[in-house]
Amino acid sequence: MKKSNIIHDLLLFYIPLTLLVAFAVFPYLWTFLTSIKPDTELYTSTVRYLPQHPTLKNYVDLFQKSNFVKNMMNSFFVASVTAVISLFVSVLAAYAFARFNFKGKIYFMVSFLLINMFPAVLLLIPLFVIMRKIGLLYTPYSLMVAYSTFTIPFSVWLLTGYIRELPVSLEEAAMVDGCSRIQAFFRITLPLTVPGIVATGIYIFITAWNEFVFALMFTNEASRTLPVALQTFIGQYDIQWGLLTAGGVITTIPVVILFMLVQKKLVEGLTAGAVKG
Amino acid sequence: MKNIWSKSAPYLLIAPALLLMLLIIAYPIANSIRMSFLKYILFKPKDVEFIGFANYINALKDPVFRQALVNTVLWIAGGVFFQFFFGLILALLLNRRFKGRGFIRSIILIPWVTPGVLIGLMWKWMYDGNYGVINDILVRLHIIQNFIPWLAKSQTSLLAVIITIIWQGVPFFAIMLLAGLQAIPEELYEAGKVDGATGWQAFWHITLPMLKPTILVSTLLRIIWVANSVDVIYIMTGGGPGYSSLTLSVYTYMKAQKAMDFGYASTLAIYLTLMLSAIAFFYIRNLNLKEVR
Repeated sequence: MKKSNIIHDLLLFYIPLTLLVAFAVFPYLWTFLTSIKPDTELYTSTVRYLPQHPTLKNYVDLFQKSNFVKNMMNSFFVASVTAVISLFVSVLAAYAFARFNFKGKIYFMVSFLLINMFPAVLLLIPLFVIMRKIGLLYTPYSLMVAYSTFTIPFSVWLLTGYIRELPVSLEEAAMVDGCSRIQAFFRITLPLTVPGIVATGIYIFITAWNEFVFALMFTNEASRTLPVALQTFIGQYDIQWGLLTAGGVITTIPVVILFMLVQKKLVEGLTAGAVKG
Repeated sequence: MKNIWSKSAPYLLIAPALLLMLLIIAYPIANSIRMSFLKYILFKPKDVEFIGFANYINALKDPVFRQALVNTVLWIAGGVFFQFFFGLILALLLNRRFKGRGFIRSIILIPWVTPGVLIGLMWKWMYDGNYGVINDILVRLHIIQNFIPWLAKSQTSLLAVIITIIWQGVPFFAIMLLAGLQAIPEELYEAGKVDGATGWQAFWHITLPMLKPTILVSTLLRIIWVANSVDVIYIMTGGGPGYSSLTLSVYTYMKAQKAMDFGYASTLAIYLTLMLSAIAFFYIRNLNLKEVR
């Protein structure tokens, strides 16, 4: 009885779980291993798995020979400003959706949801033309506008969920005690929503940090962000894999750390929407 | 006074978001529709002219558009189905309590926050025809005899990019489905056990029906997301070789970004939007909203 249980567990639980986790993790492991191998170990007739002479040369080259620091600062600037602006307008709208009943509410909410579904390529072309006309093309501001098209509707949706989870009774109690609605919002609702706001903000930051499709068309050498910089390591004839994987590792580490901090809250907000509809 | 304030307050609160959306989404989309009726190539500003539905008709005659359409269907169907399949398995595995579950749950979510560009590059490197680790593993397992340039062969390029998008989407599905699984009341399984249901019967008659709303919502979200995805294919194959891995969204992007043919690209983008709206409409009609709520 006991033995068959172990075999059962092994076949139906541990082995499939290990395989799926290995499938998920392997590409990262491989990227990291590639980034610490010298070129002589990358281009060999048989693939070598572990580096024999691990080196940080690719990382040193990355910072010395490319504009990676500048690209990183561009990415940081675009992502953080996008997050702040999106959060500001989204918190207000989310509060209205979560706490008021008003005419047309359902239509407004549905339209925010539908906006999420528009293909980026639909907005890309007109935004490019508009940015060029008003002289914002190739500046970080054009990306902030482009990213707001998807970060705002998404944040409104997420934040409405977070605010709705808070008991109304707290605000009502404050209002009975003589607080105005505005005071109740700033003293009660807003502080309680902070974890949700932080999670949403970090999600916006990550999305903007990672975005490529708009960034490739809306930036030039001076305003280039990290994903576009990574792509430029693909040369006409050869790809500098060592440099590229090092750049990939550096690009991903900050967002993974940020993501880990808010992972639980974020998943909560996302799945609440899907499970409840 | 107070009444007016509380009546107009919600509108004032949504006004900034709403105005911004009108300005940066509604107005550009209107522009996009207008451009789709124009002959408009960015570096030929003198040749701009109104051509009615010519772009729309040309697209239907365009063999590349047709191939992109077929590829898009395969890309969505193959990508989303296997994301769902492996996501469901992973969710069922993670629904069990075991040591390190929290850790594994956060680890497997990393692909979700990895830049699409990096995902494309990592997989391009692993698929490499000379130094790729995937070839090496397959040769060692005696599944293939010689290294195959997966991304440079028109027979395998679409399959290769679909496998990459599956890898990217499995975690998202798993986490959504896991939340759905955890919302199923334990009593149902207990009642099933009393009635003598086996594990499989419980899965078919309790788990799947209870999970249906989550499955519908998450597959719809994924279909839209996969259909709109550009970066992975753009980086890995650029839609090639030939047009063998070109999807509609990548074709649109290439027409805009490389050829700067904004009139035709706008038309392609509108076709894509119409196609997605049709899918969403079909889904929403068949999705009993009351059941979801």
